[in-house]
Amino acid sequence: MTTDARLEPERTTPRFTRIVGLVAGREIMSRLRSKAFLISTGILMLAVLASVILPSVFASDDEAAPVAVVGAAASVADGVDGLEPVAVTDRAEGEELLRDGEVDAVLVPAGGDGVGVSVIGLDQPPGQVVSALSVSPAVELLDPAPVDTGLAYLVAFGFGIVFFMSAITFGSTIASSVVEEKQTRVVELLLSTVTARSLLTGKIVGNSVMAFGQIVAIAGLALIGLAATGQRVLLGGVGPSIVWFAIFFTVGFVMLAALFAGTASMVSRVEDVGSTTTPVTMLIMIPYFLVVFFFDDPAVLAVMSYVPFSAPIGMPVRIFLGDAAWWEPILSLGILAATTVAAVLVGERIYRNSLLRMGSRVKLGEALAR
Amino acid sequence: MPRARLVRSVGRMLELSHLTKRYGERLALDDVSFTVGAGRLTGFVGGNGAGKTTTMRIVLGVLSADAGRVVLDGAPVTELDRRRFGYMPEERGLYPKMRVLEQIVYLARLHGWSPAAARRNALDLLERLGLEGRLDDTVESLSLGNQQRAQIAAALVHRPEVLVLDEPFSGLDPMAVETVQSVLTDAAASGAPVLFSSHQLDVVERLCDDLVIIADGRVRASGSRDALREQHGGERWELLMAGDVGWLREQPGIRVARFDGGWALFEAETEAARQAVLAEALSRGEVVAFAREHTTLAQIFKEVVR
Repeated sequence: MTTDARLEPERTTPRFTRIVGLVAGREIMSRLRSKAFLISTGILMLAVLASVILPSVFASDDEAAPVAVVGAAASVADGVDGLEPVAVTDRAEGEELLRDGEVDAVLVPAGGDGVGVSVIGLDQPPGQVVSALSVSPAVELLDPAPVDTGLAYLVAFGFGIVFFMSAITFGSTIASSVVEEKQTRVVELLLSTVTARSLLTGKIVGNSVMAFGQIVAIAGLALIGLAATGQRVLLGGVGPSIVWFAIFFTVGFVMLAALFAGTASMVSRVEDVGSTTTPVTMLIMIPYFLVVFFFDDPAVLAVMSYVPFSAPIGMPVRIFLGDAAWWEPILSLGILAATTVAAVLVGERIYRNSLLRMGSRVKLGEALAR
Repeated sequence: MPRARLVRSVGRMLELSHLTKRYGERLALDDVSFTVGAGRLTGFVGGNGAGKTTTMRIVLGVLSADAGRVVLDGAPVTELDRRRFGYMPEERGLYPKMRVLEQIVYLARLHGWSPAAARRNALDLLERLGLEGRLDDTVESLSLGNQQRAQIAAALVHRPEVLVLDEPFSGLDPMAVETVQSVLTDAAASGAPVLFSSHQLDVVERLCDDLVIIADGRVRASGSRDALREQHGGERWELLMAGDVGWLREQPGIRVARFDGGWALFEAETEAARQAVLAEALSRGEVVAFAREHTTLAQIFKEVVR
């Protein structure tokens, strides 16, 4: 008796999505098993946490902030760490001290229940005062500044560095994963089983999930860190731009991943991968430097926010600054999405044409041929 | 020991019809046509650059032909059919850092097998190939011989119905050669068409039912091994006697090619001359053998690619 008398085995014709899922799953697993990846991610996470928590640690060493208190508001400020109440007779006197720089804020009793207070700041919310109070007070500004330039720089730099780091990290991961399959020759076996398109899509999906996961982890860590150290004020302004950043990042990363995969497939050895992927790396570096140097130049930011390669940084920064009309991110996202589709098609063609060509670098013209 | 069949016996027939492939100016395949019958172990021989790998890649759909088609059971082969092909590329390779079992299961799943069935197939096969102790080792940590075994597993784990193996014997240790031979003969015995290329003409000669000889992108000869021998055997005959055969040189219409004591290899101008040799030999003593020369594949090969 032979064993092939068994039931006909469980075998189906795999759909495109299932192949993509299998390929993506393998990419993710091999990344999660790589010690280098785990260590570098750990270091990045620590850096993010440190950059969020350390400022507040140092800030708490500062001397108490002087605040003018009016009437019943004194009861709220009394005995609070970090606040130094200065009693004034009325709101007008408090505002005068505020304008003179004698105090950081004025606390006045909120109308109504009598327990709450309103905080009056000069040109921006007095963060130290607000976070020192145990209840969240209403904040009022005498001369609201558009946006704190220091904060604007931080936000621009933050989006820039996160995009830069993630795109470079996962872009080069996908590049080396493509060349590795070529170098180890496993690619021919794979291509005899699945199509080049499903293989490429699986790689892009797998690495995009990893990149997006890392971004979410960083954002989550930053938000938790901010909340834990009582820096709620910062959150309100950055929230919407973080959401837009995540959307732009996801689409933009797919575009870059396709270009990385296509250009990487033109070489046959991991050592040579830089020779063809450098132009794509440039497309990531240039927007980063532009946003760091021109974060306060509305014209440059406006252009950046529509150019697909810089839109994932430029548009969220403009949203944060309040410069973008409601339709602008949608239009820019449309341009980015269209470019991404084009990049995927071009990347796939290069990939398909180059995969089995071992040895010297494949010429771009030949890689793009039908 | 009862064993699971490595391939599924469905009696398919693979036909290559007028395949042409050009690389720039170079014509790599020129009107290549031949058939790999159900259950026929077909050897594909030719020099380096003759077009064997290109042909096999086209059969697997890894390359596309400029003209011609690949036909399975009378209909052009589809992507779906190709999922049931087992392939061992000339360029061997697996993921170096992936574990053996995991990798073989992954490949089976890419072919559409469920996780449980993929695992069962992989375990059966790896055990048969003697890799049961290495399931959780990474491929790069295996010896070369064991890496080759893993490669064989990769070609067979999805229970293919058609086998195409490019140089399956190259780089194998003697044990692995034996394993591959048994794999190929089993596969053919169960009814699958099997096409394999090799430089080792002696192996091909011993194993194959059919032969295809290719040179410069053109099929120079194809057919059953025995028919090819018949066709290319020429008119040389062997005579082996208990005594000396020196007298053969004096026979009319006979040209002796080689001569060694009681043995001679000769050509006869006519059938009558040849029969006269036999009659003379019988009259002179004990005839041990009188037969058409045994033609080796190497001889046929040299003759047809010339």
